[in-house]
Amino acid sequence: MHPAYSVIFFTTSSGAGYGLLFWLSLAEILVPGLLDRWPALAALVLALMLISAGLLASTYHLGHPERALGALSQWRSSWLSREAVAAVATYLPASLLGIIWIAGLPEGMVPVLAGLSAAGAIATVFCTGMIYASLRTIRQWNRPDVPWIFLALAAATGGLLFAVFAAFAGAGLQASLVMFVSLSVGAAVKLRYWSAIDADTARYSVEDALGVPGLASVRTLDPPHDRPNFVMREMGYTVARKHVEKLRRVVLMSLFAVPLASVLIGALSGWFIAAFSLAILTATLGVVVERWLLFAEAEHVSQLYY
Amino acid sequence: MTCLPQSTGKKLGLVIDLDICVGCQACATSCKEWNTGGYSAPLSDHDPYGADPSGVWLNRVHSYEYERDGAAGTLHFPRSCLHCEEPDCVTVCPTGASYKRAEDGIVLVNPDTCIGCKLCSWACPYGAREYDHDHGVMKKCTLCVDRIYNETLEEEDRVPACVRACPTGARAFGDLGDPESDVSRSVEERNGFSLLEEFGMKPVNRYLPPRQRPAPPPEPAEPVTVADGSALETLFAWVDRTLSSRR
Amino acid sequence: MSSSPPIDLNQPVGDRVEKTTCYMCACRCGIDVHLRGDKVRYIEGNRDHPVNKGVLCGKGSAGIMQHYSPARLQAPMKRVGPRGSGQFEEITWDEALEIATSWLGDVRRRDPKQLAFFTGRDQSQSLTGLWAMQYGTPNFAAHGGFCSVNMAAGGLYTFGGAFWEFGDPDWEHTKYFLLFGVAEDHASNPIKAGIGKLKGRGGKVVSVNPVRTGYAAVSDEWVGIKPGTDGLFVGALIHEMFRNRTIDLDYLGRYTNSGWLVIQDAGAADDGLFARDEDGAALVFDTETQQLSNAMNPDARAAMTGARALPDGRQARPVFELLAERFLSPDYAPEAVAAETGVSAEQTRRIAAELARVAFEEEIVLDRPWTDWAGRKHDKMIGRPVSMHAMRGISAHSNGFQTCRMIHILQILLGTIDCPGGFRYKPPYPKQTPPNLLPHGASGDIKPEMPLGGPHLGFPHGPEHLLLDDEGGPNRIDKAFSWDAPMSSHGLMHMVINNAARKDPYAIDVLFLYMANMAWNSSMNVPGTLDALTATDENGDYVIPKIIYSDAYYSETVPFADLILPDTTYLERYDCISLLDRPISEPDYLADSIRHPVVKPDRDVRGFQEVLIDLGARLGLPAFTMEDGSPRYPGGYADYIVNHERKPGIGPLSGFRGDGTEFGKGAPNPDQLQRYIDNGAFFEHRLDPSHAYFKHANRGYLDWGIEKGIRLSPEPTIFQLYSEPLQKFRLAGRGHGERQPPDRARERLERYFDPLPFWYPPFEGTQVASGAFPLHAITQRPMHMYHSWGSQNAWLRQITAANRLYIHRSVGDRIGAEDDDWVWLRSHLGRVKCQVRLMDGVNPDTVWTWNAIGKRRGAWGLSADAPESNQGFLLNHLISELLPAREGGYSYSNSDPITGQAAWFDLRVAIEKADGAGTTEPFFEPLGASGQPPSPSKLAYGAEFRKDGR
Repeated sequence: MHPAYSVIFFTTSSGAGYGLLFWLSLAEILVPGLLDRWPALAALVLALMLISAGLLASTYHLGHPERALGALSQWRSSWLSREAVAAVATYLPASLLGIIWIAGLPEGMVPVLAGLSAAGAIATVFCTGMIYASLRTIRQWNRPDVPWIFLALAAATGGLLFAVFAAFAGAGLQASLVMFVSLSVGAAVKLRYWSAIDADTARYSVEDALGVPGLASVRTLDPPHDRPNFVMREMGYTVARKHVEKLRRVVLMSLFAVPLASVLIGALSGWFIAAFSLAILTATLGVVVERWLLFAEAEHVSQLYY
Repeated sequence: MTCLPQSTGKKLGLVIDLDICVGCQACATSCKEWNTGGYSAPLSDHDPYGADPSGVWLNRVHSYEYERDGAAGTLHFPRSCLHCEEPDCVTVCPTGASYKRAEDGIVLVNPDTCIGCKLCSWACPYGAREYDHDHGVMKKCTLCVDRIYNETLEEEDRVPACVRACPTGARAFGDLGDPESDVSRSVEERNGFSLLEEFGMKPVNRYLPPRQRPAPPPEPAEPVTVADGSALETLFAWVDRTLSSRR
Repeated sequence: MSSSPPIDLNQPVGDRVEKTTCYMCACRCGIDVHLRGDKVRYIEGNRDHPVNKGVLCGKGSAGIMQHYSPARLQAPMKRVGPRGSGQFEEITWDEALEIATSWLGDVRRRDPKQLAFFTGRDQSQSLTGLWAMQYGTPNFAAHGGFCSVNMAAGGLYTFGGAFWEFGDPDWEHTKYFLLFGVAEDHASNPIKAGIGKLKGRGGKVVSVNPVRTGYAAVSDEWVGIKPGTDGLFVGALIHEMFRNRTIDLDYLGRYTNSGWLVIQDAGAADDGLFARDEDGAALVFDTETQQLSNAMNPDARAAMTGARALPDGRQARPVFELLAERFLSPDYAPEAVAAETGVSAEQTRRIAAELARVAFEEEIVLDRPWTDWAGRKHDKMIGRPVSMHAMRGISAHSNGFQTCRMIHILQILLGTIDCPGGFRYKPPYPKQTPPNLLPHGASGDIKPEMPLGGPHLGFPHGPEHLLLDDEGGPNRIDKAFSWDAPMSSHGLMHMVINNAARKDPYAIDVLFLYMANMAWNSSMNVPGTLDALTATDENGDYVIPKIIYSDAYYSETVPFADLILPDTTYLERYDCISLLDRPISEPDYLADSIRHPVVKPDRDVRGFQEVLIDLGARLGLPAFTMEDGSPRYPGGYADYIVNHERKPGIGPLSGFRGDGTEFGKGAPNPDQLQRYIDNGAFFEHRLDPSHAYFKHANRGYLDWGIEKGIRLSPEPTIFQLYSEPLQKFRLAGRGHGERQPPDRARERLERYFDPLPFWYPPFEGTQVASGAFPLHAITQRPMHMYHSWGSQNAWLRQITAANRLYIHRSVGDRIGAEDDDWVWLRSHLGRVKCQVRLMDGVNPDTVWTWNAIGKRRGAWGLSADAPESNQGFLLNHLISELLPAREGGYSYSNSDPITGQAAWFDLRVAIEKADGAGTTEPFFEPLGASGQPPSPSKLAYGAEFRKDGR
């Protein structure tokens, strides 16, 4: 699949934003008062900025962004529509949280709103993952673990952002522990995913695609058109195996290994903020490469005809 | 609504006879020509006179070489939307622009509400949807919905443009939900098949496989001999005998 | 938003429908052009039309893009830079016509021979030919010399018809179809429809073709023959028919010259001619009376075997016996030819057996009474449902004429010409064999300001009909109807430019071309042709001083002309597809058709025929001028179509004559064009069912043909298994007769002018070291681009924007090349760099490519980086127009020695892998194109047809 940069930016940016929103909300419920009003507001604003930037970017790949509201209508069948609904719905409790903090209103509703925000964040990211996981046409995506990868990586990247706030609030060690677990989970699901798609040898052949009984040794004589068409450009992107290996190593290092080491060193040294900042930097690179690879490694069945 | 109709009144579709498709591209260009001014207008073309011409086509003809039962062959293979009974391209659409008509099963994109997210093209195993970068919406085979019911056309012309144009008669249009229709009967007689049934989308369009080449009859009974003068004598004697026996 | 949005299901296609005739190839289908406002909305096949019956091919369905091409010429132009620079100045039509009139008038007053007027894909040859006749130059022909003449001449000299476009298999009844060397063809849609129908009925299609694509792809059996060896394969089939005695003796006796006696008198001036009585009638030996008899005596029972004594005591033998001897020779045994053809003896024998079985055991009978030429009544029509068709793969070889004759002889032996299920003539065919139409333009016929005495092109019956100058040399610039190519009935357009540049046989002053891309894909040896077009003499003047060119598009030839007369597109013009020329008849119909302007030109262009008629009047050509000197056809081409009479009552169009009810013959009808338009732009007359078969010998059809002016003689057409005109040329070569060839020609005449067909290897393979050039190289046209015009078509070029060289997988393995690798392809003339694609369905000794996809930069409105010019290539660069010089230094044209058909399928090549990528070579300098509009960077054709609010 052709890696569209707007979609990569959208899923990684809003993923981190929803991750941050999730951890912030969780903290508000489980450890009320961990963050003061203004840092909490700052975290919330950062989360919403990442989310909004991602959502805005996602409209860049639309042919008619001005019609984007129509995407709220088909939640009964479409994971993309569900994602849109969940995203919009999540703004409501999150915005109310912001209003409470800005206006200094009583915080009695905060746990409820935080709970709704966390649920919204999970739901939105899950829907994003399901957009891909529901596509039967792409074996690398059509897997139950795909939404969990989206969730785990949103949690990890958003978590690193939250960890900075937590560190400022003096909970660096606890944040380190949580991040250690979160990054490890992320690494585990991703490694498991890669080994699973590598092991999955069930492929369709061009003979299957043509369906004529008894055909063998089918080769293209002439493609339908001399130059690549939309389907070939959009669905026919391929990346060489050796590049895949290299890029997977980049992902492992920058999204998991370096952040884990950094978190560990931070925890041991007490330089939490520097450690989390370094982790954020490399994880940003890592998650972008991970998302690029998720597309580039995906094989669309329609390409059998070409 | 992108939820699928429970059932459709008809299952309109195409039956394509691979035994006689010569790959002339008439279906592809007549489709382009009809639809660039029809329901899906326009089907844009980028760089039409340049290095990388690329446009929206709703019907494309591939050609392959193959082996079958030890014999080699060349296959022309036209492909367009199969108007599946349970198409993911419809259910993934977030806006409802992509829909399957309850009355006849035609899968359409509403060009006025499509947001151009391309997800439907990802969901289609057959690569049958084509995005129009210029127009910003997804385009696809409409089974010429603006022809097949069009009362301003003669009744015999109310078929998709590709069927109307096909010089060899390799394309037929009809109701594949009606077992008594001509198309259903030809599918029955010729062991018509559908593409990638494994995906469970239940394509409506069918293909008829190349006929198995008739087995060569046995060698001529007469023993093979290299001709010599005696062959001439035999021939001339036969000619004289035959001619004198007439009349 | 509703779930099922309302759709306008009843939107009218356009405001109006205009019916006219397609011109995307030579098939000439009827089309319905739907127009909305002044724009073309849709083009579809006309259901009522006899040719396409409603269907339309990939080209025709892309007609919109042809019509709106940015490569269309805009206005008349005069060259201002050097030839090839593309520097032009736009001029008015008045100026253009004045220039042309002055150039042409000057030549006509001085020496009409100095005009060479040649047309390419001209569908108005009865007009262009008439104009050239009236002008008085001998130098006129269309492009048939590199297209079809072997098929036309091979057929017309044998059975009075031809494959090409003069006949069709009986698609309704045939059960077995043998197709030789056809990719796309003149009968584009009828062949497609016919194959679909035949296979639907369970009939068998056998394709004899080195390449398994297109029709061969759907064939039930593919014979992947080596190029140029079809004659050997057919000879083996004939061998088998004789050996197995599976021949239709009744049919031979009734319709052929198989019983005619051939004089056996070595050394005599009439050796090998037919024995004739004092009235000139051919003789047979009647077994009933045991006496010689007039061959046309219906009661005679001609002996087919046995030498007979003639009254003068000499011996004569029947044709059948000679034919059987020829083909029962071990040389034609399937085993003997297998190595050369690449077809196994088993396959040849099996196909022969199948042909015979279907012909004789699956005989079909139509209960349709008819009367034969001798008045004998038959209550049935007996059919042998085997049909054949052949075209380019036979035609474009130097042995094409004789090979074509062999195929016809196979058909005749099986009794399948114009019988139910066989190969059917389209009226006005058949003609006499040979046709009684003689060529004109010998030296005595050419006089200043005098028309020629008759048409340029015809069918010589012997040396007496050659067009020679006073020294016995060629009198035509292309050397047609000279000893080099005696039966060149379509001329040799491929030789014109190079002969003119060499002043061989003489210099010309004006070269006038119409719709022929001679500076590119329509010439052999493109670099040589470009040199010829730009060659200068010692004064720096061009050797071909003046070039006038008419085309609708900015082709590669435009920049080499001095005066450009821009033509219209096919939707903007009148045309007339006439029975006087190459009609659109189908076997059951006599038919002709028109084009008429359905869209107004938005440029300053005029249909070429309008311009030609105007020039004819300005030059004072008698047929185009009234006695008072005023134009005879002030209304232009439309006026001519309606009012011109070739003979009293016979005009360009056969339908709606006189009061509108007459056809064939009748007074001009001022409403004729409107009647055609109202009738869908064509006229058809369905033959009486009793006339539909055996037309060569069908009394009813023959008499009807004379009544309607389509046939000259009431005599039947007798199939010439043995062709006497060939023997007459051969006798001249042996020194007999007044007209004597140059000595260098004698050996050619003796060897190739065999009155019985035979196979000989194509010339190029025998004249270059075949070990050095081990591969055959051929081309075909993609079905969606029969014309070279296709590359400017924004839709068609998306399908094929660059061609590959297709090679057999084993060749790829041998040179280490994979798909898209670059290779050098070398011939004895030059080399071309191109990319390969590997395939299995090609004869292993053959490489091939799609023809005319390669374009030169600057032409056709394409960008300089278009794949057509950077990767697309032509094999033309490798094909020499001349054969290597023989002893004495004379170079013959690379053509069939009998008809002059360009032998561009004889090409032999070697292949080697090239280093790296890059572009194709030779890579020509870009052509300039001043005055042409820029091509758009995107198209959204049809957006304007969207209804508001959708």
